[in-house]
Formats: sequence, structure tokens, C-alpha cells
Amino acid sequence: MFTNFPFFPEAASEQAGQVDALYFFLVAVTAFFMALVGILVVVFAIKFHRKHADEVGVEIHGSLVLELLWTFIPLGITMVMFVWGAQVFFHMTRPPKGAMDIYIVGKQWMWKAQHMDGAREINELHVPLGVPVKLTMGSEDVIHSFFIPDFRVKADVIPGRYNTLWFTATKPGRYHLFCTQYCGTKHSAMIGWVTVMEPSDYQAWLGGGPVNGSMADNGAKLFQDLACATCHLENGQGRAPSLKGVYGSTVTLTTGQTVTADDAYVRESILNSQAKIVAGYQPIMPTFQGLVSEEQLLQLIAYVKSLGGNQQGATK
Amino acid sequence: MDTTATPTLNYLNNGHGLKSWLLTRDHKRIALLYLWSVTAFFFLGGFFALMIRLELLTPASDLVQPDTYNKLFTMHGIVMVFFFLIPSIPATLGNFLIPIMIGAKDLAFPRINLLSWYIYILGGLFTITAALTGGVDTGWTFYAPYSTTASNSNVILAGLGIFITGFSSILTGLNFIVTVHRMRAPGLTWFRLPLFVWSHYATSLIMILGTPVIAITVLLVAVERGLHLGIFDPALGGDPVLFQHLFWFYSHPAVYIMILPAMGVVSELVQAFARKNIFGYAFVAFSSLAIAIIGFLVWGHHLFVSGQSTYAGLVFSIISMFVAIPSAVKVFNWTATLYKGSVSWDSPMLYAFGFIGLFTIGGLTGLFLATLGMDIHMHDTYFIIAHFHYVMVGGAIFGFLGGLHYWWPKITGRMYPEGWAKFACLNIFIGFNLTFGPQFIVGYLGMPRRYAMYAPEFQVWNVLSTAGATILGIGYLIPMVYFTWSIFKGEIASANPWGARGLEWEIPSPPPTENFLVTPIVTHGTHQYAPSHEVGIV
Repeated sequence: MFTNFPFFPEAASEQAGQVDALYFFLVAVTAFFMALVGILVVVFAIKFHRKHADEVGVEIHGSLVLELLWTFIPLGITMVMFVWGAQVFFHMTRPPKGAMDIYIVGKQWMWKAQHMDGAREINELHVPLGVPVKLTMGSEDVIHSFFIPDFRVKADVIPGRYNTLWFTATKPGRYHLFCTQYCGTKHSAMIGWVTVMEPSDYQAWLGGGPVNGSMADNGAKLFQDLACATCHLENGQGRAPSLKGVYGSTVTLTTGQTVTADDAYVRESILNSQAKIVAGYQPIMPTFQGLVSEEQLLQLIAYVKSLGGNQQGATK
Repeated sequence: MDTTATPTLNYLNNGHGLKSWLLTRDHKRIALLYLWSVTAFFFLGGFFALMIRLELLTPASDLVQPDTYNKLFTMHGIVMVFFFLIPSIPATLGNFLIPIMIGAKDLAFPRINLLSWYIYILGGLFTITAALTGGVDTGWTFYAPYSTTASNSNVILAGLGIFITGFSSILTGLNFIVTVHRMRAPGLTWFRLPLFVWSHYATSLIMILGTPVIAITVLLVAVERGLHLGIFDPALGGDPVLFQHLFWFYSHPAVYIMILPAMGVVSELVQAFARKNIFGYAFVAFSSLAIAIIGFLVWGHHLFVSGQSTYAGLVFSIISMFVAIPSAVKVFNWTATLYKGSVSWDSPMLYAFGFIGLFTIGGLTGLFLATLGMDIHMHDTYFIIAHFHYVMVGGAIFGFLGGLHYWWPKITGRMYPEGWAKFACLNIFIGFNLTFGPQFIVGYLGMPRRYAMYAPEFQVWNVLSTAGATILGIGYLIPMVYFTWSIFKGEIASANPWGARGLEWEIPSPPPTENFLVTPIVTHGTHQYAPSHEVGIV
């Protein structure tokens, strides 16, 4: 009846191997203790089975040595799990320098992807083989979660903030992309495909897609259309600070505090412009809440980024 | 009730008619009111579960529409968690036994005890009304901003049901704590308390400290939904992840509200059916308190993929590991208690064995989820579903049924058919493992939870799971039938049919209304099966 009897997902990313190794360790520990407890319970239950109706057990109040042993041995084993798990986690949450950027917007009920050169797709994500890819993700409505089981990566996609996720695909092919945070009626239909291609094929695919201009170009156009350029003069003589070289740098605020100009800061400054005012400037910028979509925000950020600055300093 | 079989006056035949039950202040009668109501909610929640499993027999959404499916799993979660798992053991067995086990005539506040049942019923009516008037589709977790801005269903009504029911939980916890502190019989020191009482004491701490937080949280959801204050809505400056912190601050410890009482039951069963004092009494007693306390510090392991800071993740991961230790200690102590015991295989003990097996699997798979790099892949997949059903459901149900069988003769004065009981226990054990075992595998394969439709490669495991659920459902019905039968036709039970120790076995079955004619004086711990010259040392 069923020809397909899968036991284990495909391992198609650099992360997958690390997660699987940890998984096998945990399965081994589980199997060992399962067998230990199971066998002891069964053996004791049979060996010490009640022989006659008024029999009582032998009084044993406990043993401090045994109690300490079975407190500290499990503690040691769980500490190994903790440290190993933390190592894998650190690797998973820190994208390498120079990772390729792709932007994702989650929306009831679809995944929208924007490549830096302008190519866009829905419920599909094309990525090159062997290249670290960093996804920066935001949501237009409720919380979603971006999950590629065959890559063993997942991150929530949350309205109002950016979450990132990265992977290096190691096998060409097509892989499921699921939403794992319940998001309403068609939650289970919020499924897409990740296509891993040879880098040259990826370049060809990018060239073949619709040409809308790169994300930064679109951002530059928006910057003009929304009249941002009237205050944020490049020479720094405007009513607002120049954005040249700002991205990733440390900005001093009127309160005296400092903040790193990362994706989240740029986003906040556009939508909630009074929140963190740069020292030396008046709080006169209007809010653009409701005027720019999540995708346009990402384009504006890409534009600010293209103006130079410490790119790596801003990655999470 | 058949009163001819019980010649002496007892709590069952002391007063007749609906009014004598609905206005009772007797903790034993209130326990039975709860028993009937939690059983009704259990079968209601079970019906939703069966519908879910039938829908998942095929990858397509063919039995019900996705919206209906979403409402089914939401109601399944709400009913089972808030109206069955949380009150099941404390409100029934706890209510019945705690005063008797400590040699008291009743709980400290009998009227508040009755009030807590009425509050529970009122909360249940709100929730059932929410279900009947269109349902609610947020999942039992009510995550914002979906629940506050996107859902078009009865969120406020269902939330009110939970809010109201919370007060029942708080009152029960309060009653237990005061009772244990103030009403112990002379000589019943803290270190002579039955472990069942210790576990309920720890549970009560969680109930009174944690429940107000969930009440506030659902209230915030209602306020945000009605008035759009911007608590959770980022467009108004709110924090969408804040809800998750508040929700899990209660709901993670709530898992221990479900499991600690079951651990208390298992500690009693293991001692009674091995005719032996527990191995390491103090370790087992204190591990209950340790679980209750550490349980409040681990909620952030539900937020590993939410973008919380890496260091917060580290802290929550290591504390989650710590909570595994007292749980492991209990498992080893129960196992060691069997050594050189006089072990009988009566059906309550079979449930205790089943509990140890399921809890071991559930506990160990919990470590996968506390391990940071591992949880990222497993979060919100069927692996989670399998894990928490093993711990919460396997644990609570095996504890509940084991305890119900053990104390059934005391509660009703009648024995149940032992052969049927063994058969049902085996049936439930097999059905349970076949239902939830495959979900570990399909979870690691990547099947997300809360999916009305799924990718075809996941089907074979879902078919097995649905087959298991069918067996499990039948297994649950069998005790219903023979327990009902035994009330009328069961063999008359003696005061102590198991030859067990403990104050509850020193009074008649069923107990008289006042429990004890003379307040007992306690000279030793509960399960002293040793020869009498050794009794007295604790």
C-alpha cells in the first residue's frame, strides 16, 4: 500500500550533518536509559513477584551513595547535551561573513522572496549550491515560522521585527519549505519549495527572471519618491543626518545613548521616527507607518546599506 | 447508589437527592462531582481528538474543512488541558484523599471547595458556549497577534472560560496548602506525610503562583482584541512575542500541575504493590518541590526560534536540563523500590509500570527539546506533539487511572472486575504507544503541527497513528463500562482490599462522612510494611 516508508529526512545542508550527529547521540542516550529502566522494572517485577498473600517487602530505606550517583551521572550527561547543543546553536545563529543576502516576507498565506538583484518569487526560493545564504525575514501580519526540514533550519517570522536564518545548501534538488507557526485558515497550505542549483545555473536563473532593478535601486527610487532625500542630504547639510556610511556604524542619540544602525534600527527610524533621534538633530521626521509595505522597507534598508558602512557590524 | 450493600452509614448514603449533592460540603462528595465532570470533559476532548486523527488519515483536507480542523484542535487542547489534565487528579483523588491521608475530617475550607467546583462548571459552560456558537481557531496557546487581530472566532468567550476556570484551580491549591499546614493529625510530621500529599503540596504551589499569570494573560488578549491598546500589536508599538513569555510562564509549570499529582499516585502504588517503603523518601519528596520551583524558570525554551537573544536561550536551555534531574531521581527511586519487594501485578500496579515507561520516554525526549541546536529543527513539529502527549497525557492518564483503580474500592465500597481492568490497561498502553510513537518519527521528518493537510510522504506514519488512536479510544471506554457496572454489581470491598498501609485503609469502605470517629495519632510514616518492632523509625 505504501511504497514510501521514510525514517529520516534528507540531509541537504551543512547544518544538517551537525544536527543529525547530535540527534544520534540523544537517541543513543534515550535508548540506553529506556532499556535500563525497562529491563530493571521487568526483571524486578518477575524476580520479586509476590509468592504468598501476606508477604511483605524487605525494608530498605535508601542509599545516599546510590542517590548521589543517579543524581550526578544524569547531570553530567545533560551538561554534555547542553554544551554540544549550544555549539550547534551558535553555529546556526551566526551567519558567516559575506553570506549572500535574500529577503523574505511572510504573509497569510504565502512566502515572498526578494533577491538582491531584484528577482522576486512566491512560495519558491532558488539558492546556489555551496554558498552561505542569509535570509532576513519579516511578516506583514501574524507570526509565521520559516522551516526547511531537509536543511534542519527554522526561525519565526515576526511582525514588527527582523529575524535571520542562514544555511549552506550541499545537495542540488528541491526541498519542502513549511510554515510551522500556526497562522490561521491556510496555515497548512503555506508550503513552498527551495530549489538548490549549481551557482552558474543560479546566475542564469537570476538573469532569466523578471528584471525590476536591484533591491537597492528600488530602494533609491523610493527614497526619492517618499521625499526622504529632501532632508537626508548626502553632504550632511540637511535637516537630517546623511545616511552615507551609516549602516552598521554606532550612532549617538540625543539621550546620550548609542545604538548600532542595523536593520532593526533603520526599520524603526522609518516607522517610529521619534523613537531614537540622532544627537544634534530635531525630532521633525514624520512617521511612515502605513505608507510603506514590508517589502518596500526591505528595499529602503538595502538602499541605506548600499550607501556604504560596516556591513558585518550590523548582522546579528 | 445501591445502599443495601453498605449497611453502615457512610458518605454516600448519608443524605439523598440532588440537593444533598449540589449543596454538599463533604470533600468526598465534591471529589465525585469533579470525577463526573472531568470524565465528561475527557470524553468531549477525546471526541475532538478522534476527529483530528480521522482527518489526518489522508494527506488531503477531505473529512473537514481547514477552518473546522483548526477549531477541532483548538477545542481539543483547551478542553483537555484546562478541563481535564489540570483538575483531573488534584480535584478528584486529591480532594477525596488528602484530608483522609492526613487524618482530618475535611479540607480547611469546605465551602470554598464546593465553590471551586461551581466555578469550574461555569468556566466549562463558557467554553462549551464558545464551541457551540462558532468555535475558536487560535490553538489552545492563543498566540498573539493572531488571536488579537487576525482571528474571526470566539476568542474572548473561550478566553473567559479559561479565566474563570483558573479561579477554581487557585482555590483548590489554596485549600490544599492550608489543609496540609493546619490539619495534620497529631504525630503526622512533614517527613511522615504520604508522598501523594507531598506531590499535591508542590502542585498547589504552582497553582496559586502560576494561575494568576495565565488569567492576566487571557485578560490582556481580550482587552487588546476589544480596544486595540497596542499591547501585542507592533504597529501600535506592542510586542508580539511578549504574549509568549506571559503564556509560557504559566503554561510550562502547568505541565507539572498535570504530572506531579500523577507522580504522587505512582509513589503510593509502587509502595502498596511492592509492600515496601519507598527507596529514598526524602529525595522523592524534595524532588517534587524541586520540580515545582525549577519549573518556573524554564519557560523560555518555548521561544528558542522566536529570535530571543542567544544568551537567554543558553540560560533557559541549561535550567531546562536541571529540571530533568529530579524527574530522573524519581524514576530511579521507583525502580529501586521494586528491588526485594513483594511485587504484585494487580491492575493499579500495571498502570504504575506503564507510567514509568511512558514518563521515561516523555522525559528523555524532553531533553531533545531543551538542547538548543536540536530544538531548532524539532520546534512546532510532530516530535513536540509526541513528546508532550507522552509526558502530560501518558503521565496524567496512567496516574489517574492507576489511582482510580487503587482507591476505587475505598471510594465506592465495590471491587471492579480485575481481568477486564488488566485487559483495558494493556489495551491503553498499546494504543497509546501506537498513536504517539510514530509521531516522533514523522516529527523528525519535518511534519509541522496544526496541519489539516500534509505532504504525502508523511502518510504512512499518520495512518499508524490513527490506528493507534482507535485502539486507545476503545481502551478508554472499557473502564467506563466496568466501573459503572461495579457500582451496582461489583463485589463488596473490605476496608483494606490490597493489604496496603496508610490512614485511608484504616477506615471503612466507603468512608463515613466524618472520615474518622476518633482523630488518629500517627506514630510512623505511611508505608511501613516492616515487622512491628521496626515500626516507629522513619
